[in-house]
Amino acid sequence: MIVASASTQAFPVLGMLVLLPLLGAAAVLLVPRSRVELVRPVAVLFMSGAAAAAGWMIASYPVASGGFEMIVDQPWVAAWGISWKLGVDGISLFLLGLTALLFPLGALAVDPGHGHKAYYMWLLLLEFGCLGVFSALDLLLFFLFFEVVLVPMYFLIGQWGHGAARDSAVKFFLFTMFGSALMLVGILATAFLHAAATGGPLTFDVVEIAGAQSLATTTARWIFLAFALGFAVKVPLIPVHTWLPDAHTDAPTAGSVILAGVMLKLGTYGFVRFGLYLFPEASRFFAPLMLTLGVVGILYGAVVATMQSDLKRLIAYSSVAHLGFIVLGIFALNTEGLSGGLLQMVNHGLSTGALFLLVGYLYERRHTRAIADLGGLARPAPVFALTFMVVMLSSVGLPGLNGFVGEFLVLLGAFEAHRWWAVLATAGVILAAVYLLWAYQRVFHGPARGDNATMADLRWREGLVLAPLLALIVFLGVYPRPVLDRMEPSVDALVAHVELHGAPAGSDVAEPEAAP
Amino acid sequence: MVLAELVWLVLLAPLAAAVALAAAGRRLGEPRAGWLGTAAVAASFAASLLVLAGLLSLDSQHRAVEVRLFSWVPAGNLAVDAAFLVDPLSVTMILFVTGVSALIHLYSIGYMAGDENYSRFFCYLNLFVFSMLVLVLGNNMLLTFLGWEGVGACSYLLISFWFSDEANAVAGKKAFVTNRVGDFGFLLAMFFAFGAYGTLDYAGILDGHASQSTATAILACLMLGAAGKSAQFPLYVWLPDAMAGPTPVSALIHAATMVTSGVYLLVRFNPLFEQASPWMGELVAAVGLATAAVAATIALAANDIKKVLAYSTISQLGFMFVAVGVGAWTAAIFHMVTHAFFKALLFLGAGSVIHGMAGEQDIRRYGGLARAMPYTATTFAVGTFAIAGVPPLAGFWSKDEILAHTWGANKLLWALLLLAAVLTAFYMSRLLILTFGGSPRWSAGVTPHESPWLMRLPLLALAGLAATAGVLNLPFTHDTEFLGQWLAPVFAGAHAKALGYAGGTKWILGGVAILAAAAGIWAAVSVYARRRVAAEKVERPLFAEAWGFDEAIGDFVGGPGRRAFASVARFDAAVVDGAVRGVAAAVRRTGERLRTAQSGFVRRYALGVAAGAVVLLAYFASRVVW
Repeated sequence: MIVASASTQAFPVLGMLVLLPLLGAAAVLLVPRSRVELVRPVAVLFMSGAAAAAGWMIASYPVASGGFEMIVDQPWVAAWGISWKLGVDGISLFLLGLTALLFPLGALAVDPGHGHKAYYMWLLLLEFGCLGVFSALDLLLFFLFFEVVLVPMYFLIGQWGHGAARDSAVKFFLFTMFGSALMLVGILATAFLHAAATGGPLTFDVVEIAGAQSLATTTARWIFLAFALGFAVKVPLIPVHTWLPDAHTDAPTAGSVILAGVMLKLGTYGFVRFGLYLFPEASRFFAPLMLTLGVVGILYGAVVATMQSDLKRLIAYSSVAHLGFIVLGIFALNTEGLSGGLLQMVNHGLSTGALFLLVGYLYERRHTRAIADLGGLARPAPVFALTFMVVMLSSVGLPGLNGFVGEFLVLLGAFEAHRWWAVLATAGVILAAVYLLWAYQRVFHGPARGDNATMADLRWREGLVLAPLLALIVFLGVYPRPVLDRMEPSVDALVAHVELHGAPAGSDVAEPEAAP
Repeated sequence: MVLAELVWLVLLAPLAAAVALAAAGRRLGEPRAGWLGTAAVAASFAASLLVLAGLLSLDSQHRAVEVRLFSWVPAGNLAVDAAFLVDPLSVTMILFVTGVSALIHLYSIGYMAGDENYSRFFCYLNLFVFSMLVLVLGNNMLLTFLGWEGVGACSYLLISFWFSDEANAVAGKKAFVTNRVGDFGFLLAMFFAFGAYGTLDYAGILDGHASQSTATAILACLMLGAAGKSAQFPLYVWLPDAMAGPTPVSALIHAATMVTSGVYLLVRFNPLFEQASPWMGELVAAVGLATAAVAATIALAANDIKKVLAYSTISQLGFMFVAVGVGAWTAAIFHMVTHAFFKALLFLGAGSVIHGMAGEQDIRRYGGLARAMPYTATTFAVGTFAIAGVPPLAGFWSKDEILAHTWGANKLLWALLLLAAVLTAFYMSRLLILTFGGSPRWSAGVTPHESPWLMRLPLLALAGLAATAGVLNLPFTHDTEFLGQWLAPVFAGAHAKALGYAGGTKWILGGVAILAAAAGIWAAVSVYARRRVAAEKVERPLFAEAWGFDEAIGDFVGGPGRRAFASVARFDAAVVDGAVRGVAAAVRRTGERLRTAQSGFVRRYALGVAAGAVVLLAYFASRVVW
């Protein structure tokens, strides 16, 4: 069981981290129209502040802690038991870090071209929402952040996107709204049933509800499903994934980076925090289903990725495959798999974030993402090609780069728990090489014709944006220990929590044994 | 003890050079970048000698030193360190890897002269050496896998080094993907091993005990990995295409070092063969035999000088797998070392010929080159006779040892492998005769010339090694089997099979091996020098087409395979997404009927959510004070 350790710090760094982007959005709004060139520096300043706060949090996080740290707890709507409760543990720590890192990079990377003020305001609000999701310890607060995230992304895709941006934005919005509607029902049911079962006051406190495990087995399973549907859309799992390639492809570069790098993790993080933690028995019960969906995602995503003709769509489908690995690791329900899954969330954010940045730069130069229109780019742009190569190999899961460690741990954990699923998933490792190397070959190798022959190489400014990602890609491949060490106590506590409460309990013990 | 712990120096030199070349290679320019790379590998070789000295100073039963650097992947029950195992096997590997690499680097300074990506070539090459050293020095499976994948990635980068030619890029990708099939096996082997032993350290696995089925499963999965890396049937198809890379790459990666890692891996796991089902060894031997024989037939009909050598490499690796399969560990390593010398020599010789022939690789357009390239011709001849098994050259001793062990295991296996040995002598002599003998067949305008000294020196050094390396393990008495003695502690767990028959048989088998080499050479001379038999009678179309196997795979991948993938993609677009669009359309129609839907519906809703959020936040902001 995870107990909140009452480490209230003198300086509420977590609250500051979450609120900085919101303040930034307000600041951006206050920039006068005549000084629109100030918008970007202001936005980046606030985002950098958040990044610094996140960095400080990671550095000062007590490594051995398995519980929640840096807790902020203020009653909000006391009558309904809703509180502004934030906290961080080894599970959310690096997701906060990833979010705080990717936003300023995405904001710096590509100029939106028009509507600067609105663009940066939406980006900042989006960051606020994402940081909130990863730190909320109150169910309703979490839901609020989860929904807040949708709006900026909808506008970012719709107004600054390419192609059929409007349609993609609508699709994205409807899909995720549909998922979260059920989740809201689940949240309310959880809180009310918990209050009824314990006889206590109404509360949305995640730690309290998870600790009490007061819901009947069948009830918990149903509610788990309601949550799971909301998260499945976000991850996304097959077959509710088709918003992803559209949204990714048509989003502006920063949107794609954030979408892939951060927002897909809202789903997988949700599975960990509100699936495993709140509903351990249901998580175990549905683990075979989730593992199957994970493996299907790995293989299906890879196969479909192979046949894409648009570079962004290809990377989008590769995300489906990668997120499949993460789901597989989570529902292996052991330390190796869960650590691997969490690590892989960070890794995927770094690698795919970098990939989308690179494709964005490519698009700025060539105004196309069609693989068939590109070719031989390694000749005019050797540094660009080499950077792409490193990021691609990290995405393929080459040992020595970040992607491998997470993937390996996921597969190892899954193999321990469910051998044959892991064997199938391991076959996905072959496919990852197929679609990425084939794409790389068609885009960067071969003869360079027409405009491809004169494409500009990576510029200093672009290189500087990519540099932190590349550095982390190498560092986490060689020395993932600082991350794994901070994750492990929380992961261990969660695994123990699932084992403790994993057996069917409550009034309907007659249920058949569900442990896989 | 202290000296053996210097193993990190062996690794550091090529890594540091690779980083330096990546950062400042262009500024260093030509030829300094090449000299830096060469010096680093030479330093690594020197450090390897120190490590050897350190190990030799230890008592033979305690020659295993572990050097831990840091904890790499700690998670749950898994604890993997970046740690190295210095024992006779790994030291043997690093000695010939760094030694041969240094010579090939030296050669490359001349060979790659004038290339626009000169410094990058040496950067990749140094990175390769580093990865290869990690592979053989790792004290656990995961670190070996790191090196394993690292050499694969470098191989990919170097095969497609001249990437502007689409074919080279395709070859690089093919190598990587085919190897990934093998990696699938390696990964599964690690999962099985972790499940059985709770560790990935060699110490824990090789001294531990697993059930027969687990040991068999681990070895079968490793065998898949080894077959990929070491180009064994049916995963050998990438290696002939890998010849698209610059010739020094073919010599270093695709002949002398990387492709032997599969053999190294299986030899490293020798104690498990004792615990596994007996058919495991038989399987390895059978795969090796099939590969050795089939590749030899293809080699005798190939016309590209590098393709001949590539199939020859595949075939010789098959010999090593047979050795592994029958438990002749020392013989496998012995042949690996001698093969590294003579095959690197042959490839560098081929490079020298290609260099002197302005890029021509078709042996039908060679002929009579001995006069123009005396050094290349002489050293190439040494390599040819060494691989053909002519005593007292190195290849004779190592191949004879494999054949002798095979005789002890299975007579049919021996007979078929002997046939492959005859074919080896035949196709190599054919290559020698067609290239250097006879009269010129090259087209007008080509002026064959000898390569510069920088390239000749490595040829001479390797020729010397190819001629004399047999002394490493002479079968006369127990005391002259130096390599066998040296490696014995590594095979202690699986008491290495001694040649369990009377001394007389050993000599007769040696005589038969000499006869086999002679027969192959004699046949080649009859066909290609004296022209008593038409070459077409030997060079069957089936052989020239590589038994149609590669083409069949290509047809399948490009045909049904691709169509299947495309149909899944179509299914995703039409059915899965189609269903979504269908639902959306239905909702819209219903909405229109209700006259509530407008084009800005979602937009308004989105704004509604936003407004609601803002109100809530304002509320919250008014309540919270911190």
